[in-house]
Amino acid sequence: MELLNALILMANFVLVPALAYGSQLALGALGVTLIYGILRFSNFAHGDTMAFGTMAVILFTWWFQSMGINLGPLPTALLALPFGIAICAGFVLATDKLVYKFYRQQRAAPVIYVIASVGVMFVLNGIVRFIIGPDDQAFADGERFIVRARSFKEWTGLEEGLTIKVSQGITVITAVLVVAALFWFLNRTRTGKSMRAFSDNEDLALLSGINPDKVVMVTWIIAAALATIAGTLYGLDKSFKPFTYFQLLLPIFAAAIVGGLGNPLGAIAGGYVIAFSEIMVTYAYKKFVGYLAPGDWSPDSLLQLLGTNYKFSVSFVILLLVLLLRPTGLFKGKSV
Amino acid sequence: MTMNRNVLYFGIMAVLLIIVGQFQSWNLSLSILNLCLISAIMALGVNIQWGYAGLFNVGIMGFAALGGLAAVLISMPPVPAAWAAGGGGVLLSALAGAATIVGCIVAYAKLPKGGIRTAIIVAIGVIGFFIMRGIFVPATDAIESVDAAKTGYLGGLGLPVILAWPVGGLLAGGVAWVIGKITLGLRSDYLAIATLGISEIIVAVMKNEDWMTRGVKNVNGLSRPVPYEIDLQQALWFQNLCETLGQDVVTFSSIFVKLCYAGLFLIVLLAIFWLSERALKSPWGRMMRAIRDNEISANAMGKNVTARHLQVFVLGSMVVGIAGAMLTTLDGQLTPASYQPLRFTFLIWVMVIVGGSGNNMGAVLGGFVVWFFWVEAEPIGIWLMDTLTSGMAEDSGLRAHLLDSAAHMRLMTMGVILLLVLRFSPRGLLPEKTGHH
Amino acid sequence: MSFLIGENMTGGYGGADILHDCTIAADQGEIAVIVGPNGAGKSTAMKAVFGMLNIHTGRVMLDGEDITALTPQARVAKGMAFVPQTSNVFPTMSVEENLEMGAFLRRDNIQETIDQVYELFPILGDKRRQNAGELSGGQRQQVAVGRALMTQPKVLMLDEPTAGVSPIVMDELFDRIIEVARTGISILMVEQNARQALDIADKGYVLVQGRNRYTDTGQALMNNPDVRKSFLGG
Repeated sequence: MELLNALILMANFVLVPALAYGSQLALGALGVTLIYGILRFSNFAHGDTMAFGTMAVILFTWWFQSMGINLGPLPTALLALPFGIAICAGFVLATDKLVYKFYRQQRAAPVIYVIASVGVMFVLNGIVRFIIGPDDQAFADGERFIVRARSFKEWTGLEEGLTIKVSQGITVITAVLVVAALFWFLNRTRTGKSMRAFSDNEDLALLSGINPDKVVMVTWIIAAALATIAGTLYGLDKSFKPFTYFQLLLPIFAAAIVGGLGNPLGAIAGGYVIAFSEIMVTYAYKKFVGYLAPGDWSPDSLLQLLGTNYKFSVSFVILLLVLLLRPTGLFKGKSV
Repeated sequence: MTMNRNVLYFGIMAVLLIIVGQFQSWNLSLSILNLCLISAIMALGVNIQWGYAGLFNVGIMGFAALGGLAAVLISMPPVPAAWAAGGGGVLLSALAGAATIVGCIVAYAKLPKGGIRTAIIVAIGVIGFFIMRGIFVPATDAIESVDAAKTGYLGGLGLPVILAWPVGGLLAGGVAWVIGKITLGLRSDYLAIATLGISEIIVAVMKNEDWMTRGVKNVNGLSRPVPYEIDLQQALWFQNLCETLGQDVVTFSSIFVKLCYAGLFLIVLLAIFWLSERALKSPWGRMMRAIRDNEISANAMGKNVTARHLQVFVLGSMVVGIAGAMLTTLDGQLTPASYQPLRFTFLIWVMVIVGGSGNNMGAVLGGFVVWFFWVEAEPIGIWLMDTLTSGMAEDSGLRAHLLDSAAHMRLMTMGVILLLVLRFSPRGLLPEKTGHH
Repeated sequence: MSFLIGENMTGGYGGADILHDCTIAADQGEIAVIVGPNGAGKSTAMKAVFGMLNIHTGRVMLDGEDITALTPQARVAKGMAFVPQTSNVFPTMSVEENLEMGAFLRRDNIQETIDQVYELFPILGDKRRQNAGELSGGQRQQVAVGRALMTQPKVLMLDEPTAGVSPIVMDELFDRIIEVARTGISILMVEQNARQALDIADKGYVLVQGRNRYTDTGQALMNNPDVRKSFLGG
């Protein structure tokens, strides 16, 4: 019984949240890693692209809500998602045409792209705050829980309850579907394969007659879609605040690098590695140990390795360790 | 030609400051000037990294914050009660932390490679961490409960604040060394990402470690390297001076203080400028530029590129740290929550790119120009929005929204300026002199 | 006139000229080999024929058509295929995907061509699901040649195909190249292993400092005492 309680406690506070958060990070890191593989730079604007796409989704959600359109138990945001993706993709393609294309033609050094992406980040930052403001925005509606702590307790008779939010369930399911679709696209379709070929060996891809403009365009569209989906899921699960999305940049980069920059499979693994480490390191194990320890003994301190204020430092430390020990990442990216 | 350009641009800058002085107020004009000077020093530091070596540092905020931390640690009076309550504990936990790290390194060096070694290192790390935290948490709790409203932290050394400037440089340089050691030699993106990370963490530490920085409660009342207005107003010589100049004593006292700061900052700026110009023209500087322009051939010539990059990264970060300490000195308080990446990292980048990367004079000019417009953009933006929306109804929701959002236009403007300069004038206002040697 | 000919080519990579009035040609079903000392401009001459550097004098003709102004990509569409010396495969893609990418421009059924490549290089058929980056050097070269053949080219150009492979693998590779030539494809090849290459060559070009020094049949060059002394090590 005690053991079961302890396990449920962990599931409730570590497993479920980390799965959801990891899925969000994985989707974000996939976008970063694709851009890196094809366009060969770390896109600092990715966090704010997520914010921009999410903002578009929120605006559509509000519009649908005002017209009384909804998805019943599911959040209306899911309905708004395709529209948000379209707008985000349009914006991202415009930035490519106005900003990055020039440097591609110049064959500029990667660091120039990075600086340009910082400029784009600024602009996006300004646009998002200008349109929707810097504050928290709520846009989740529909049913809130798949499993409620109270009904779980009544049902199992355990002391500990398990809560699974609808947003968490949707996050994991969407992530699985999106990743499956992406991998099908990359491994089975002509365009997807040409993207992999371009990422592998640009010169040879050109020699084979692969059209670089098309590859770049498709990459941006996919990255925008991934960013919008990741951002919306994160917003549904936690809340939407532009600055938070800028801060997500660090765990997302860490996830992509841990997995190996340019390697999609690695990005997914990296997302979960970062999410689980972040949550496990900042979780207070007091109650957990209390269940496992014999008798009524329970530790005095919280048994928390690190305050939640420092959760970003977890990604950072992991990032540094990977750079020190295995700069190509766990799944061998094209780094160094 | 370049000489004329220098004179021209700095002349325009001076005229702008005079206009602000005449039409807004001299106090404002001097405040802008002081921050222009500090910005110029930060831009110099970044220019050393970017212009000399092509290193992209996205963690300027963190290094500036370390300078601010130094100002507190050096100048604030120590809090004996807090030291008595938990000072020993903090020192002991620091010792435990150091011992853990040493233990891990020794294990790594001495034991044979393999799974057992990894397990032992992890074990040492985890146990050491818990021991450290076991000492650290009660000690800091004790410190933070000592008169929390007023102190609740250890305080500093109570030394003259000007000492904090070099110390801030050293702190920043030390952190830069660690980061550089790990990431330099890998792809250029990694340095960017790692510096972004470390700066977020430095600021997070300063916001949350109340025992050290009082966190979001801020540290107020830092001592000054220049006289206080109130003392000036009571000093006879100052009153006489005001009389001869025909100035109001209260207004002029604050102008006088700002002038003192400006003088100090100018000395630092000139010193750093002179040193970096000397360095740029020395064989060391020529080699740095050779490496930047062709890393591969420099590598082939047997230059240790990574070691040179590390030097330049540390030096540049030190300059930023010094400027950060100066900024906190000028503010008279440390406000951890005020460290925003857009203001402290990306704005400095705009300064360097706009001014002219690789050219110290350009970086200084960039610091002046960009800071000036950063400050003045807000009134201009509000005025612009006000004019644009004047046709709308007074109570229009859209109008209110647009007026509220005018501040965010600053970000966008800075981004657009950065992109435009990078694209159409990548060498900036004052391009680097590419003379042949 | 030959099927493929780069006539009186003079040019370089922007700076000083590397090629000076250099002429290279190959007929259908023929193997033409460019040899010469290091820095003689062998690869450069081939790249000029393929349009990877600018020539300001001279022209390149393919099947009677002047293609001097075309980009390399356009030349691929015209029936030329090029195998670079290094990084000539897609390392994280399977052998079969490499071949598919080679046929990227084709819209018809490519399975037949894939089967032909597997027939030519049976080992590739066995390893079709394996990533090209995991293969040995010799196998990678086979993938590279196979990828180039996927466009069903009229001309196959190889930049030092045997660089860094063992002598046995080299012989094997040369045998395959002869087989390819027998199907009517013109082969233009730059080789470091001059003796073995001239042995299989119908035509040989000895370049020195970007100029034609000797041009003759492979056999004649092998028998020429001056060529033997200076370029084939006695």
